[in-house]
Amino acid sequence: MNLVAWFQSVSSKFLGGAAAAEEIDAELREHLALRADDLERSGLTREEAHRQARIEFGSLGKFREDSYEALGGNTMDMLIQDVRFGLRVLRKSPGFVVAAIVTLALAIGANAVVFGILNALVLRPLPVANPKTLWALENFDSCPNYADLRDRNRSFASLAAWKMEFTAMNTGNDPEGVWGYAASGNYFDVLGLKPSLGRFFQPSDERGPNSAAYIVLSWSYWHSRFHEDAGAVGRKVQLGKQPFTIIGVAPKGFSGTLLFGAPQFFMPIVNQEQIDGQDLLHARGNVQGVFEMLGRLKPGVTRAQAAADLNGINAYLEKTYPKEVPHHDYALAHPGLYVFGGPAKAFLAGLMLLAGLILLAACANLGSLFAARAADRGREVALRLALGSSRKRIVRQLLTEAALVALAGGAAGLAISIVLLRRLSVWQPFPSAPIQIPVTPDAKICIVAVALALVSGFLFGIVPVRQVLRSSPYEVVKAGATGRMGRRITLRDVLLTVQIAICGVLVTASLVAVRGLVRSLHSPFGFQPRNAMIVDVDLAGAGYKGDRALAMEKRLVEAMRAIPGVQAAGMVTNYPPLIYAAAAQTHIFRDDARDLRTEYAAAAPYRYDVSPGYLAAMETALLAGRDFTWHDDASAPRVALVNEFLARKLFGGDAHAVGRWLKLQDGTLVQIAGVVEDGKYFSVTEDQEAAMFLPYLQSPPRATDLVVRSNRDPQQVMRSMHSQLRQLDAGIPADMGSYDSYLALALFPGRVAAVALGILGLMGAVLSITGIFGMAAYSVSRRLRELGIRIALGAQRNEVLEAALGRAVKLLGIGSAAGLVLGILASRVLASIVYQATPRDPIVLGGVVLTMAVLGLVATWIPAQRALSIDPLVLLREE
Amino acid sequence: MAEQAQILPGTLDLLILKAVSLGPLHGYGVLLRIGQISGSALLIEQGALYPALFRLVRQGLLKASWGTSENNRKAKFYELTVAGRKRLREETADWNRLAGAIATALAARAGEV
Repeated sequence: MNLVAWFQSVSSKFLGGAAAAEEIDAELREHLALRADDLERSGLTREEAHRQARIEFGSLGKFREDSYEALGGNTMDMLIQDVRFGLRVLRKSPGFVVAAIVTLALAIGANAVVFGILNALVLRPLPVANPKTLWALENFDSCPNYADLRDRNRSFASLAAWKMEFTAMNTGNDPEGVWGYAASGNYFDVLGLKPSLGRFFQPSDERGPNSAAYIVLSWSYWHSRFHEDAGAVGRKVQLGKQPFTIIGVAPKGFSGTLLFGAPQFFMPIVNQEQIDGQDLLHARGNVQGVFEMLGRLKPGVTRAQAAADLNGINAYLEKTYPKEVPHHDYALAHPGLYVFGGPAKAFLAGLMLLAGLILLAACANLGSLFAARAADRGREVALRLALGSSRKRIVRQLLTEAALVALAGGAAGLAISIVLLRRLSVWQPFPSAPIQIPVTPDAKICIVAVALALVSGFLFGIVPVRQVLRSSPYEVVKAGATGRMGRRITLRDVLLTVQIAICGVLVTASLVAVRGLVRSLHSPFGFQPRNAMIVDVDLAGAGYKGDRALAMEKRLVEAMRAIPGVQAAGMVTNYPPLIYAAAAQTHIFRDDARDLRTEYAAAAPYRYDVSPGYLAAMETALLAGRDFTWHDDASAPRVALVNEFLARKLFGGDAHAVGRWLKLQDGTLVQIAGVVEDGKYFSVTEDQEAAMFLPYLQSPPRATDLVVRSNRDPQQVMRSMHSQLRQLDAGIPADMGSYDSYLALALFPGRVAAVALGILGLMGAVLSITGIFGMAAYSVSRRLRELGIRIALGAQRNEVLEAALGRAVKLLGIGSAAGLVLGILASRVLASIVYQATPRDPIVLGGVVLTMAVLGLVATWIPAQRALSIDPLVLLREE
Repeated sequence: MAEQAQILPGTLDLLILKAVSLGPLHGYGVLLRIGQISGSALLIEQGALYPALFRLVRQGLLKASWGTSENNRKAKFYELTVAGRKRLREETADWNRLAGAIATALAARAGEV
């Protein structure tokens, strides 16, 4: 095509569409006049000639339109015309429009929210240079192992490491709990970041333990605590009790390499001892030293080659330090979600799928609504066809209406999702844990929402098209709008069944999830979180070491025990079970074992170093033997408690275990003093695991948690606990809270899953109600006359109902059954996320059947009432 | 009027190009010219002429300008562009080839196969 001509015609259209139309009219008029002149010359009268010319010409309107179209560029005009007409038509049925927009807004909103989370956690890369080439080793390791891996590997250009530090920052007289990364000197180099202010610490700053007392602030902490004061750089602050100098501010938007936590500061890992209170740099056996390693591969090195390289180094370390280095297979992953990446991605993908199903159900719903409307508008369509409108034009008109509804629904859905995502991104689910969900809505979400709106608009808009294309104007005008009430299976029946099936899937999935959550909340933990409180004290941060720390810990327990109303108090090093997934496993051996290499271990129980009173404070039952006493100290014989599972595994039962011996990996023999009940240690979804408890007085001191049990009001008790702590030493940093509030974190994934699925299930239910209601109401209104005649001829109430609603109920039954079966199949996926989620649960099955029945009843209630209240006389008189 | 044949779809454009190639014409003139050169053997729906004319203008095969008709009416005159002349040549050749082939095919007798 000649581009210039096309461009001219298009631009003339935009600049003067009316002029072009005017010109066409003039030309056509001219044609008629010339023809009439000729006809007049052949002997007709002027009027006759004009009439004849018009007849010969054919449909003036149609050709005018065609000409306009042929000129090109009138699409815009036509679109505006269609939109105007569409708005006029839609305004006439506000109920329909509102129902459609609300349905779509919910469905698109759900999709946009899920996509927003998916986008933030999975699709959006970390804000570092070349995120694709950055790889992480997502497992705890020890600092000496890291140093060996870093220096001996031939695959990484450089390898960085970091661990989390929780401490208090004091800029003068305002200590505030903060957390940050203790990172290797090359951390920022590996990420390829530039400071937004000052400088980062470098490998050259690392000159041995505690040699680099520098911190880099995160941009957001610099913003919130230092009000973006450039003078903050160079200031001295206290971390714990130690002086540190602020040397820089990290770039805006960078919040570490873990997506769901935003650190407030970064410090050199060589200074970790000042915060942790113990030297991890040289503790090869302590895997708390490194949380994650990060590096970039050398050019040409593959992921598998790098893993093999690291495994080779680990094999060497394992041989060199058999007692301290266990066997380990390294795997490289992109950083961001840590080990939760797999389950989180699977869950989000599942959620996205369900949200997609919701949208599909909504489309099916709207599709049948539009089809019903198109059938009711049969007369209008027939009239327009008879008057010379093209079918293409009518279809375009219908699609325009669908697109208008879809865009309005999409916009509303987008607005809802942006509000929700904004709230989600500022939400801190755990006041005590630095967890956040970084979901700030961005342009991608808008694009997705609009695209989804248009696609769904097209989907439900296309449903009635076939109907329109087939309709013959003569038939419709002759027979009236009633048409045939065929017994055939119509497209609408199929749509409704599909929709109900999808809703059945959603309802099943959400019931399975909710039921799983309820079960996991009531499953035995092996302790009683209710009425228990946790105090997380940082003795090392307050300068307590060695025997002083042990003595202080005993005084702390006794002080808590002395509070009126406190039944029991105990202490555990590290965190108690299920808190922060902090449980650490250790290897134990039979008492006659000579080879203490990891592969010869008899079991790998979770290890807890506890004080006397811990079992009572936790309400963990002692099944055999005795509890620890304050006499089980360093000078007494070494003893241990084991859980029932471990006792059975090693000795065949509780009774046989007491008095027997086992060997720790460092060769120490310990005697089993007692057996306690089984419980959960690492996560609520774990299978039964072994656990071992040692007297804390016989182990090196570590970070400490106190567990305090009291029936009194928790707030009051906590106040007393605070004052007791202050009396002992006001300088000890301490966090406290109820066990349940700490436990919330362990139950968080299951809760989120249950809430998300519950909401989707609810939306599914609402959609199926509107779908069935629409279908039932429509079929009753279409058949009012027939039903009236039936009533007049003496039909019983149930016969009327059967005639009016039998079909809807039958479809509901078929759809629900299909949905239930599919839902059960889909629920297997859920079982991996939601603890104890099993679809083969009579309560779930019954619940689904009951729910669908209730939904059906609710949805058909109004149409049924209408069918029953038909007065044949009124109806027949009207016709 | 003699017996008239419905024109084949797609041939209207070719007829218009041919008619205009003999000299600038207004719309009604095109109609008359086609009647004249075809010996009034072709039936053309008058209205259908205009969408076709506008399409050809849009494709850059015709150009239009307002002028005065022989009986002093204001009318839009169409003439061929260079591209239009080229297209007419091509389409004429195509048509002749097609018509010749079909004529040959239809003239075949049992003995010749």
